[in-house]
Amino acid sequence: MQKYIWLVPLLPLIGAAINGLLGRKFRFSETLIGGIAVGSVALAFLISVAAVYSYGFGGHAEWPKPYVTSQDGFSFDWIPGGAVRINQGAHEGTAAEASRFALLNVEWSYQLDPLSSIFMLIVTGVGLCIFVFATGYMHGEAGYYRFFAYMGLFMFAMLVLVMGSNFLMMFVGWEGVGLCSYLLIGYYFDRQEAANASRKAFITNRIGDFGFALAIFGIIAAFGSAQYTEVFNQAKGYPIELLGHWGILSWIALGLFVGACGKSAQLPLHVWLPDAMAGPTPVSALIHAATMVTAGLYMVTRTNVIFQHSQTMLLVVALVGAATAIFAATIGITQNDIKRVLAYSTVSQLGFMFMACGVGAFVIGIFHVMTHAFFKALMFLGAGSVIHGMHHEQDMRRMGGLKKYMPYTYWTFMAGWLAICGVIPFSGFWSKDEILWNAASTTHIPLGWIVWLVGTIAATCTAFYMTRLMAMTFWGKERFLEQPAGGEADEAHAAAYTKGMAPHDATRAAAGDRPRHEPGEHVGPVHEDVAHHVATHGHGEHHGAHMPHESPPSMWVPLVALAVLATIGGLIGIGPAFRTVTGSEHPGGRLNISTWLKPIIWNPSTREFNSAEGTGHEAAPAEAAHAETAAATSETGGEAAHGTAAAYGDTGYNLAHTIEGATHSELATEWLFIIISLVVAGIGMLLGGLFYVWRPALAGVWAQRLRPLYNASYNKYWVDEFYGWAVTRRTMDAARAVFRFDSGIVDGIVNGLAWLSRQVSLVVGAIDKYIVDGLVNTVAAFIMRLMSPLFRAAQTGFTQNYALVMVLGLMIAVAIFFARDIFGR
Amino acid sequence: MLNFFTPALVLLLQEGGRIAQMKQSALNPDLSKFLVIGALLFIIGVAGVLTRRNIIVIFMSIELILNAANLNFIAFSRYLQETGSANALAGQIFTVFVIVVAAAEAAIGLGIVIALYRNKETIWVDEIDLLKW
Repeated sequence: MQKYIWLVPLLPLIGAAINGLLGRKFRFSETLIGGIAVGSVALAFLISVAAVYSYGFGGHAEWPKPYVTSQDGFSFDWIPGGAVRINQGAHEGTAAEASRFALLNVEWSYQLDPLSSIFMLIVTGVGLCIFVFATGYMHGEAGYYRFFAYMGLFMFAMLVLVMGSNFLMMFVGWEGVGLCSYLLIGYYFDRQEAANASRKAFITNRIGDFGFALAIFGIIAAFGSAQYTEVFNQAKGYPIELLGHWGILSWIALGLFVGACGKSAQLPLHVWLPDAMAGPTPVSALIHAATMVTAGLYMVTRTNVIFQHSQTMLLVVALVGAATAIFAATIGITQNDIKRVLAYSTVSQLGFMFMACGVGAFVIGIFHVMTHAFFKALMFLGAGSVIHGMHHEQDMRRMGGLKKYMPYTYWTFMAGWLAICGVIPFSGFWSKDEILWNAASTTHIPLGWIVWLVGTIAATCTAFYMTRLMAMTFWGKERFLEQPAGGEADEAHAAAYTKGMAPHDATRAAAGDRPRHEPGEHVGPVHEDVAHHVATHGHGEHHGAHMPHESPPSMWVPLVALAVLATIGGLIGIGPAFRTVTGSEHPGGRLNISTWLKPIIWNPSTREFNSAEGTGHEAAPAEAAHAETAAATSETGGEAAHGTAAAYGDTGYNLAHTIEGATHSELATEWLFIIISLVVAGIGMLLGGLFYVWRPALAGVWAQRLRPLYNASYNKYWVDEFYGWAVTRRTMDAARAVFRFDSGIVDGIVNGLAWLSRQVSLVVGAIDKYIVDGLVNTVAAFIMRLMSPLFRAAQTGFTQNYALVMVLGLMIAVAIFFARDIFGR
Repeated sequence: MLNFFTPALVLLLQEGGRIAQMKQSALNPDLSKFLVIGALLFIIGVAGVLTRRNIIVIFMSIELILNAANLNFIAFSRYLQETGSANALAGQIFTVFVIVVAAAEAAIGLGIVIALYRNKETIWVDEIDLLKW
């Protein structure tokens, strides 16, 4: 089945092509468009499942070796050969081989390995749920076909990104998802805000893409190939560049990380993601929460061998991740737009993932990608359901008490809330706790304890703002009864903004996600109950028609599916701390994500990729024995740590080791950290409950007391304003300066030359007119005066004169002709 | 007397021979005579064209010129028949053509003359000087 994985990206592309090219012309019905889109993705999902099963668990399982489709001929030469010169490389010591040549031959083939299989399943699986949801959410849209064409195209690009077997294919997918993100954020392109947001996303991503492109050039220059297998095989032999050493691999890692920052919205380049919420909510769920923004994580994990070679870059990744996590989490506390809260939450969680990669726990980063895809997609779709039910109201201040009206949405959202807060046994707990534990116990980089501390505070904030979101949306008073909620208030604002009458107000809910039907318009069976409600209760007022309602099954069924995943999805990554319960450090054999991903992670101590020994299909006792030896020989997190410590040298103060020194037990230390993370999650939730459920007045009081902090958070630390001042304004200044140069100097030169040639032409014209023409005219006049009487005299007008001339001419002709005969010789 | 008459008789006889000869040649003229007559006709025609003012007369003169040409054709045709040429009838065919063309020309020319007379009320060519500027 692995052979046929090339169908996985192709199917959504075909669906997108059919919808996009024919949907408008033949006026496809919504059922047909949705059927094509969902069907293609569902088929891709089934093929993915079958392929991953046969790859990892089937009779001829190739796991852990990467399977590239070119093995079976399912590939073609995409960029066929050219000799490249490799200036840098493993052989740079020897002069003879200082510059080698290699044949760069980029093929288009898909690679199935532990990492890409996980992403395939996430993208197609979560994507399927979101597609189903979107068929309901986008109901009544004029651009229905366009939406699904873009979505299908996105699926294709994303699958190329994660399934490609070389860096150039990853780049193609990378740009493709960027394009689709742009198209989908700007889906409501007739609204200024959405158009601006899409441009912002695209331009911000370009900065990252620039770094990524440079890194790819660096990789080709250093290794002479873009194929993952070839590059990593060479890279693993390079020396590790410790802190303070900066070599070729650090440069490559820097470029890659700049790319990852752009795509995954990390700190300097995070500004586009919250604005991207102007797109429809399914887009936010699919692209800006579950899949595209994790492309950076995919890339960093894919190139973990390069990142692990550069301790400096690992530290940078960890610190950027931690900074982003706390930064975005604190902003999330004060936002009022439900989608904006989730957007900042996403940025924060992405920070957590980078934190994990930075401290060397790439597997855990991917684990968090997966759990986050489940619970964040769930919450975004839940938010979409709420927005739909509230008739396109996104401001949480006008919600409240929705529990009663939207039970499915509420209960599924609850699962997501518990997961992101990190409540045991919901999925978020397992991954987040592992990240914090790995941060505290890392031997890859120094300052792990700072990363842990920041992460723990960010986790508290996360629990707090998520509880706030729950409370403001689903619990408490039904505020929409007092204040008319629904599209039109913000619609008016958005219209005014679009017409330039009102400035964009960051404190208001984004006018973002608002399908284009009128507030009272009847668009389908969804609103039947509302009509019924109005009829029975006789509400004459406008807002009476705006009572919240539960979403149709096409929307809540995906929610339920994702809620189940968000609840139990973490069980595939139960941490080593539970070995006394589960009997194994990584229970579940290959089903455990640590075991599954191990072969693609480079081990700094052995200088090789981790082998799959001691895992796989072996019996449980062997697992246990392995775990025991690991526990016996290790200080933190298994035997690798020893080697890692040796590979990276002394990394200074290590929180976990210190505690371990005090407790003399690794298990106790791990459990201590688990309890800490549970406690902080509880504190966050309790605080949220206190502020927004039990004593709602407190929120205002504390906002007043911490006014500067509150303002900073509310205004997103003025980053947008700063960028506007420092980048946009300066760019405009530069543009104006260039314009002045252009209009003043360049145009001046051109115009001056034009003036000059005009003057020259005047002179030349005068010469022509008076001298040349004069001469010609004089001669002509002279000839005319002289000759005209003569010629005029010949024209007598008498016919017979002409006849005489003819006869004379004839005689002369005859005379000439016969001259010899007449006059003799 | 005889001496006086004899040469006269001889001369007379000789003259008689020449007359017979002339009679012979008149009955059976050779090519040059036709050409001379043709040339005379041509010259008369040309002189008529150049000197007469009446346009009708000029037309008639043109007919003379054409007939001079026709005479030449016929004469050469006959001459060629005597020499036994294979293409001897061509001259007669041309003559027929020329007669046809002359007829057409006369028809058109007389039409023009009538039109001219209606406009200018004259058929004197020296009064028809439209070509003068």
